[in-house]
Amino acid sequence: MNNILLGLIGFGIIFLSVALMWGLAALRRKSPPAFREIPAFTRLRQAVGRVVEDGSRLHVSLGRGALITSQSASAMAGLTLLRRLAELTSAGDKPPIATSGDAALTILSQDTLKTASQASSQGVYDPAAGRLTGLTPFSYAAGAITAIRDENISASVLMGNFGVEAALLADAAERANIFTLAASDNLATQAVLYASAQEPLIGEELYAAGAYMDAGPVHAASLTVQDILRWLIIIAILVGALVQLLRVVGIL
Amino acid sequence: MKFKGVFPTVVAIAFGFLVLAGYLFGVNAGGTPSLLGQLQLLILNMAVILTGFAILVGVFNLLIVHTGKIRHKQKGAFYSAFLLIALVVTFMLGLLAHYNLPVAKSLFGDAFLSIQLPIETSLMALLVVTLTYASIRLLHRRLNLLSVIFLITAFIIMVGTAPWPFLGDVPILSNLRAWITQIPAGAGARGILLGVALGTLTTGLRILFGSDRPYGGKNG
Repeated sequence: MNNILLGLIGFGIIFLSVALMWGLAALRRKSPPAFREIPAFTRLRQAVGRVVEDGSRLHVSLGRGALITSQSASAMAGLTLLRRLAELTSAGDKPPIATSGDAALTILSQDTLKTASQASSQGVYDPAAGRLTGLTPFSYAAGAITAIRDENISASVLMGNFGVEAALLADAAERANIFTLAASDNLATQAVLYASAQEPLIGEELYAAGAYMDAGPVHAASLTVQDILRWLIIIAILVGALVQLLRVVGIL
Repeated sequence: MKFKGVFPTVVAIAFGFLVLAGYLFGVNAGGTPSLLGQLQLLILNMAVILTGFAILVGVFNLLIVHTGKIRHKQKGAFYSAFLLIALVVTFMLGLLAHYNLPVAKSLFGDAFLSIQLPIETSLMALLVVTLTYASIRLLHRRLNLLSVIFLITAFIIMVGTAPWPFLGDVPILSNLRAWITQIPAGAGARGILLGVALGTLTTGLRILFGSDRPYGGKNG
């Protein structure tokens, strides 16, 4: 298969996804979406309510996904959730803090917090709320642990690209009796977080955060697009297996 | 005011499209880079340079946060002071090492090899204890079938990987470990990775079309 044909196939998949996303988003505006329940998000909403009530703080850790790598998508999903959580906690006494292990991600987290505070009449923007805690995996974890312990945090969300150091963050939150929701795009980290975090998210649940926290109709539509594409992949795998089987038995 | 919000969005979307087009049509039929491919490379190189500058901004942010902690006498202010001193000393050593001052070069190397590396290795070792404790706590926190399967699988993989004292490699355990990692765990991992790939695709498209704007402005 030549490069141009591969490019056209890629373009076709992207065009189909975008068309579906926009079409479904328009439909979603008319009828509210119905998704399967993910208890972690229900408990996150409860934790956000507690943050506003008791005047404590929310902590969002965005991981170390550099923006020019493919891991940035998980960090972007984390930023979407940060924006939504900052809006939801704007009535509280203290703005949320965001920690990250990548400098560009820190700048984006500051911008996200600033935009969220401007969108709300009660929002307070603190330039020090978006923090770079370290540039290596463990220095980042050590800095984020300090934030979890010293900043009157009552709910901590770990969402982005983490390594196994995320277990230290989850453990610090557990010791401080803090609600923890954790998700990563890294397979090994998902296993580690399954054991160590209070509310772990597995696989693509990370990318569903926006839809479950009512970030907008496009988020809900993108979840449906993922399901449609997943079915297309399942059909392609089954057809491929069937064709191969027919070749082996000599029918094709 | 309106222009202020629209301009970054237009720039981000335009550059996003150019990079995407570079990925899709970056190579000619002959295998040579096309104009789109060259543009993509140029934009990515610019992004790498900007990321370098972002590190400087990040370090400045670190300085502001910890100076604020010291000024307001917050909890852990002592550690913040220690961090700032270490930052300034390492920065000065790095600067002097760049100009080939032998003592500074040696001290700068030592700062990493004798301080940072052992500390990070110790944290890695601490992770073993943390994970063992977390596994025990898992049964207390979420006692269900999945947690039990998770722990039994982790145990089998562990005993199947490590050589046994006096026995060495136990074939039945290593075969069981190989079967678990290659068949059920391999299949599960592929399923999860497909889900992650689809999530990455839709997240990327939302940003590309300006529905999600992590660079400021109202989300669409």
